[in-house]
Amino acid sequence: MSYDARFRVWRGDADGGELVDYTVEVNDGEVVLDIIHRLQATQSGDLAVRWNCKAGKCGSCSAEINGMPRLLCMTRMSTFTEAETITVTPLRAFPVIRDLVTDVSFNYAKARQIPAFAPPDLAPGEYRMQQVDVERSQEFRKCIECFLCQDTCHVVRDHEDNKEAFAGPRFLIRAAELDMHPLDARDDRADFAREEQGIGMCNITKCCTEVCPEHIKITDNAIIPMKERVAGRRYDPLVWLGTKIGLRRG
Amino acid sequence: MTAELEQFDYDVLIVGAGGAGLRAAIAAREAGLRTAIICKSLFGKAHTVMAEGGIAASMGNVNSKDSWQVHFRDTMRGGKFLNSWRMAELHAKEAPERVWELETYGALFDRTPDGRISQRNFGGHEYPRLAHVGDRTGLELIRTMQQKIVSLQQDDERESGDPESRLKVFAEVTITDLLQDPSGAVAGAFGYWRESGRFVRFDAPAVVLATGGIGKSFKVTSNSWEYTGDGHALALRAGSNLVNMEFVQFHPTGMVWPPSVKGILVTESVRGDGGVLKNSEGKRFMFDYVPDVFRGQYAQTEEEGDRWYTDPDTNKRPPELLPRDEVARAINSEVKAGRGSPHGGVFLDIASRRAPEEILKKLPSMHHQFKELADVDITKEPMEVGPTCHYVMGGVEVDPDTAAAARVPGLFAAGEVSGGMHGSNRLGGNSLSDLLVFGARAGTGAAAYVQGLGGRRPQVDQAVIDAAAAAALAPFEEEGGENPYTLHQEMQQTMNDLVGIIRTAEEIERALERLEDLKARAEHLTVEGHRQFNPGWHLALDLRNMLAVSECVARAALLRQESRGGHTRDDFPAMDPRWRGRNLICSADGDGIAVREQPMPAMREDLLALFETDELAKYLTPEELAAVPTAATHTDGSGS
Repeated sequence: MSYDARFRVWRGDADGGELVDYTVEVNDGEVVLDIIHRLQATQSGDLAVRWNCKAGKCGSCSAEINGMPRLLCMTRMSTFTEAETITVTPLRAFPVIRDLVTDVSFNYAKARQIPAFAPPDLAPGEYRMQQVDVERSQEFRKCIECFLCQDTCHVVRDHEDNKEAFAGPRFLIRAAELDMHPLDARDDRADFAREEQGIGMCNITKCCTEVCPEHIKITDNAIIPMKERVAGRRYDPLVWLGTKIGLRRG
Repeated sequence: MTAELEQFDYDVLIVGAGGAGLRAAIAAREAGLRTAIICKSLFGKAHTVMAEGGIAASMGNVNSKDSWQVHFRDTMRGGKFLNSWRMAELHAKEAPERVWELETYGALFDRTPDGRISQRNFGGHEYPRLAHVGDRTGLELIRTMQQKIVSLQQDDERESGDPESRLKVFAEVTITDLLQDPSGAVAGAFGYWRESGRFVRFDAPAVVLATGGIGKSFKVTSNSWEYTGDGHALALRAGSNLVNMEFVQFHPTGMVWPPSVKGILVTESVRGDGGVLKNSEGKRFMFDYVPDVFRGQYAQTEEEGDRWYTDPDTNKRPPELLPRDEVARAINSEVKAGRGSPHGGVFLDIASRRAPEEILKKLPSMHHQFKELADVDITKEPMEVGPTCHYVMGGVEVDPDTAAAARVPGLFAAGEVSGGMHGSNRLGGNSLSDLLVFGARAGTGAAAYVQGLGGRRPQVDQAVIDAAAAAALAPFEEEGGENPYTLHQEMQQTMNDLVGIIRTAEEIERALERLEDLKARAEHLTVEGHRQFNPGWHLALDLRNMLAVSECVARAALLRQESRGGHTRDDFPAMDPRWRGRNLICSADGDGIAVREQPMPAMREDLLALFETDELAKYLTPEELAAVPTAATHTDGSGS
């Protein structure tokens, strides 16, 4: 079973561009990325798009489909009617390089700001952890770095000048992951999230959780618990007193 | 042309940012050398993320009988004794420390009840051996090493103020040529930025190839667009050798429907965790396909096979867990005999064998993948699966201890792009351990080589740079040439149909004729648009690599007149001990490929002694067997 679908794909570069109309064949069982590939192979050999695994595991083919941040490879054509025009545009929160490809270097810069895992004083092979304890961090380590959460978060999407101060949901879950790691030797992850990552700017609208293709509960399981720990430490008078008289940090 | 050429200087250049490349980079940087990593994609997207099942390492956490000797033995059996035994030995010995090291980088593996790293069963492995994280182990491995690299950069920033002073990642750069001095020693590499199309030149006396495999030469494949055999072709053009190129692994279980996802991998863990293969008559057909060399090691009844999952000490494993080549051929035979599933595969059933909660816990990404892409709920229905091109055992001929490539000083290779380790067939789980063990060895080997040069740097002639630039721009010069996408599709179809899972001399010869034709046509490609992020241009340049490796596969496949592992000849269906001791070596010969036989070094006596004479008799010629010392019964005390 096949039909001709109408697509509008944004074509252009940093200097500007426009939506270009295409009519293109669609077959049973295909996803949006298949259609983009068909456009490349038959109508527009230089249409720029990132992709790798085509199975939702690498997080390369992020774009916006009818305005929604999505993975092109995990969006089935059967979710649209044959009459619908499907609009594919690049991630809006990042600068365009060409067509559907954006400059996501912001994310790599933020990744480098988070203090790395601090290994405990144990020989390799001597690490012991319980499954139930590693599972909390494992949820966040499922992240495929598609950056759809970064794209949809209004703190950065609508306010370019926030990018300096705000790390974005992807890197707040990285902080939470390290905070919950049973053997991470640092105890200042929550403080870092407050002081350096701008966790306070998140107003818990859960848009990041909604677009996560890995269904990570970014807001409920990472950001809210981290916010609570930040608040707990800052405003608990005993903790405050402890830090002042040097009993222990944070 | 040269005015826009960027130039960088490094001690060690790593081409490829999958598991092997990242581990090599960590080793080179920790040896104190200035190291650059070239990523064809974004950092952290490499194909390693697709590895699902786990990392094979004989830590003995789940069954304390495991040891490096048992792992070595399984690896040699899996490769049908064609493996480089020295690589298999190093791999089995060093895999556990490489895995434990990942925990010090922050990796979080699934745990045993006593808190150690959990290990799962997998095809061809005698004991539960695969360290894993659900069914997304490759992602964990990549992310862990990506984060380790960031952590080394943070160290450098504290020390020098510049995080990239000793370790820099060049994302979305493709290398098109290696640069060599007039004597042939490596001097660096030449490539382009995908983003801008601008050229970039790296001067470095050591280059580690870690570019992965060649799957994009085949139509049905689990591999991504990056898998175009770049490192294989770079090594060939630089004058090195490729070994074992006739051995291509078709993973038995790829998705077969819908067409757009045909070939995408369905992890072997489905079978390791209890899933079974059935034909259209509902029969568990694998019991009919246990070959002689494995008879006695696998269950003969469904009841025994089923008991093995809970009591592996007194029962034998089910034949669904035979090495991949055996399972892939069995599925192929069932489909050919008309007992396939509606879309030309067979059924992989875990729904009727395990509780939904257990399936969701152990195979979450498989559940997700089938739900999203095929609208199949694997907790309720069987999956339809069939063979898909997954891995090439063949690759650059390397020195086992240092990963130095044959014949080209300064060139190293690790991971899928290297050859020898897996012989004629790789066991599941041995890829992630391979890239850790030999990635680390390649990084160390390259560092030692550079230190041995004592400050001397091979220099490349300007004419070599100009030629590399001209070759890369050729597709823009031609008008009215062919569309690279069309050519690529024809090549994939050719390899799939004529040099695929079952081969004959007549078909391979036809493939070689078509490849000659495609090679000639590939000289006249036309790409539209300009150099900025232009996939048509990128494909045109990758095609030359895919054509070269395809020719290697076909020529070696034609020469090897036997069936072994990932090379099945319908006209020579038996495994022939006379072919066991011979490697086929491909090298560049003008515009084509030359293949020659090369005898393999005899296995060291203490390693031979790990096998029973009866088993050796299945693989060795009578003359070889007579030369085996009579004490050749296993003496490691680890049982078999």
